Amino acid sequence: MPKLKIDEVEIEVAPGTSILQAAEEIGIEIPRFCYHDRLSVPANCRMCLVEVTPGPPKPQASCALACAEGMEVKTNSDMIKKARKGVMEMLLINHPLDCPICDQGGECDLQDQAMAYGFDRSRYHENKRAVPNKEIGPLIKTIMTRCIQCTRCVRFGEEIAGMTELGLLHRGEDVEIDTLIEKSITTELSGNMIDICPVGALTSKPYAFKARSWELTKTETVDVHDAVGSNIRVDSRGGEVLRVLPRLHEEINEEWIHDKTRFAYDGLGRSRLDRPWVRDEDTKKLREASWEEAFTVIASKLKEAKPENVAALAGDLCDLESMVALKDLMNGFGVEDLECRIDGAQFDASERCGYLFNSGIAGIEDADAILLVGTNPRWEAALVNARIRKKWRRDGIPVAVIGEQVDLTYPYEYLGNDTKALEDLIKKYAKKVKAKKPMVIVGMGAFQNNNGFAIHEMLYKACKDMGWVSDEWNGFNVLHNAASRVGALDIGFYSQDGFDLSKKSFVYLLGADDFSMSQVAKKAFVVYQGHHGDAGAHRADILPGAAYTEKNALYVNTEGRVQNGRRAVHPPGEAREDWKILRALSGYCAKPLSYDTQHDLRMRIVDEWEFLGDLDVLPKAEWKAFGEKGKITKTVFKNPIENFYMTNSISRASVTMQKCTESFFNQASFAEAAE
Amino acid sequence: MKKPFDQHADYQPATFKFKSKKKVEDILSRYPSGKERSAIMPLLDLAQRQVADEGAKAKKPYGGWIPRAAMDEIATIVGQPPIKVYEVATFYSMYNLAPVGKYLVQLCTTTPCWLCGSAQVVEAVEKFLKIHVGETTKDGLFTLVEVECLGACVNAPMIQVNDDYYEDLTAESVVQLLKDLKDGKKVSVGSQTGRKGSMALSGPTTLEDQAKKSGVA
Repeated sequence: MPKLKIDEVEIEVAPGTSILQAAEEIGIEIPRFCYHDRLSVPANCRMCLVEVTPGPPKPQASCALACAEGMEVKTNSDMIKKARKGVMEMLLINHPLDCPICDQGGECDLQDQAMAYGFDRSRYHENKRAVPNKEIGPLIKTIMTRCIQCTRCVRFGEEIAGMTELGLLHRGEDVEIDTLIEKSITTELSGNMIDICPVGALTSKPYAFKARSWELTKTETVDVHDAVGSNIRVDSRGGEVLRVLPRLHEEINEEWIHDKTRFAYDGLGRSRLDRPWVRDEDTKKLREASWEEAFTVIASKLKEAKPENVAALAGDLCDLESMVALKDLMNGFGVEDLECRIDGAQFDASERCGYLFNSGIAGIEDADAILLVGTNPRWEAALVNARIRKKWRRDGIPVAVIGEQVDLTYPYEYLGNDTKALEDLIKKYAKKVKAKKPMVIVGMGAFQNNNGFAIHEMLYKACKDMGWVSDEWNGFNVLHNAASRVGALDIGFYSQDGFDLSKKSFVYLLGADDFSMSQVAKKAFVVYQGHHGDAGAHRADILPGAAYTEKNALYVNTEGRVQNGRRAVHPPGEAREDWKILRALSGYCAKPLSYDTQHDLRMRIVDEWEFLGDLDVLPKAEWKAFGEKGKITKTVFKNPIENFYMTNSISRASVTMQKCTESFFNQASFAEAAE
Repeated sequence: MKKPFDQHADYQPATFKFKSKKKVEDILSRYPSGKERSAIMPLLDLAQRQVADEGAKAKKPYGGWIPRAAMDEIATIVGQPPIKVYEVATFYSMYNLAPVGKYLVQLCTTTPCWLCGSAQVVEAVEKFLKIHVGETTKDGLFTLVEVECLGACVNAPMIQVNDDYYEDLTAESVVQLLKDLKDGKKVSVGSQTGRKGSMALSGPTTLEDQAKKSGVA
């Protein structure tokens, strides 16, 4: 444990800590460009210079210099100030005076640090270097003249995203960040390069010239595009969401988010349902209606229908409150046939431990072997995949896959794609697993077949033998891909035995789009409550709801962690928050729900499910038996997501996501066709 | 100067394979397993030499250069993303990413050579070949490039043609040299005045006995 003095403050740090990190611990900020605490240290920007004694009488790069016993560091001496000014002047030789038209302006590391270390004029009269811009896909805009060659984007691609596509090419004054060949950045985490770029060289293409950072209202909320529950910040202005940025949460998304989270927001402004519509009895066409009319129609149909002929489905983006309200409303009528697993996944949801990501996403870093079953985490939960990659990079742990063979950005052993491979693996390795903390991650691909319950039971039985679960370690993880799923299962918004949707005469869809509408009987009366005119809306009477950026609501992520989503903008037109719509509808049905405010509703939730009251806590579900014994017929696992960029009604409405689909998926299919 | 590179050019072959698997394996065997990446540089050189050999028999231009397909092939061999090979290939000036003449004439114009008359050498070469620095002759025989110090300052001025140094040049002798190369005549490598090693111009000043014994002085 070396002890040293930084600016006369004594500090003891762990061996291997760099001076820059040590200084940060005691609150001294050292300016930097190339150093990023989640990336490797190249020490090429030279901005973090400090004076160190004993040592050579010249400034040293503090990011790459490890603390040693008895060091005395000065971060603010005259020599250092002069050195940093020199570095800044060199960086600015070729940096254009673009700030007034640069999207990074106002949140630019170079701009900020130039305020402290820059001169007020340039001493150079030569022309600045011009670098051609690169075309690297529909998400990232490049203005390469602004680049200061910190190589953060190169290192991010190589280390975090696992897709090494950018490189530092040529040398000396010709050096450029480029792909050399014309090529898009294909990683699903590419948007993070925009965040880590310390200058305006990489900026967001959809957000280009839209707003200045200081005029935006910033709302801290959570993401619903997958079940990870990434923490995000929604920046809005005048009722419009203008961008989405990640927020630090070490246990979930660290400081990254994937491109769907970041760029699908433009879908929030397109094909929205902004007023109630009712299907006309005579013309069979939708016509605009008032809330009152819509409620009256729905209430009368609901009262007419026999409880056993009524069903309610909850979609992938629903919040916890609205699902509780819908459940209470339906239960009031004696309706029991509720379902949230509209993707057709079958598993036993009676025990919480049976459907949670028990070890937590951060728990991946403790695992020493990982088995993936029926999942492509790269698309279903990009940040879980990034976490596995991080672990693999650090410790080189073995990863095995049963399911579709896809590029996961790290090497794995491929064991097969069907139930038989899983059975064989368990038979072969039962009680022989050497790993101390092995982990299994089961995706929905493993349960979307008729053997779901039996597979669930087989996995439960294998947990002890395979060492996935022991007294100290719970490595049984179910990876969901819908933000609403765990919350819905927690509150019992599912039917254990299943029901036949085609026999129902009244179907209530709460934002449920992602299933085959042909399952619903032609004659059935369908209510769709949601925010987008997607598949569900085409089949139904429509009640306009609020999207995730437009309501204060709770979401439970795949770990079982309850998180608070906050409203950034108001819902458009006459759309309302979902639980309020359901509360109003219950009034028209003459069976009013017992809560009038969101607070009352939340109290009602906590009364019945106490564990849902703990915000942002990784739950420890008690380990109990789950699954149903049954015969497993050989089934091939198929991953649930085919197109990463379009998985829900918001991303399907997004132009940016459409462009991504065109450039990344159609290209691939063209290539396949050509072969 | 940034190296020319054009991914869509007509001259880029669609595929590239190393002729000698043995040579590739020999190169790979020099590095410990897990460090195959180190083989990128010798493999790039191998590819460039292979193109030089085969290109001389095939169509113009004749010199050694590295097609994009070769860089991708090397990336596959060493198990790295292609960009890692591109980075190396664009960094080092000895790798050509676009076709060059059969004789790549590298003219040193750094201070010691310049003091000894490299400017006249460059002028004579340009006049003789009727091209400027950075260009290739129409017959595809010569490409001229200007380079920084090649480390043969004692025998300045000097040029490098492909792998060989030609030193102690004058405007006349360099033209003679290029003529001989053009005609396919044998040329003597090294000093063009017959000077041995890096001996002083006026003859040996030390170890005179040794010099006499070996017949240098």
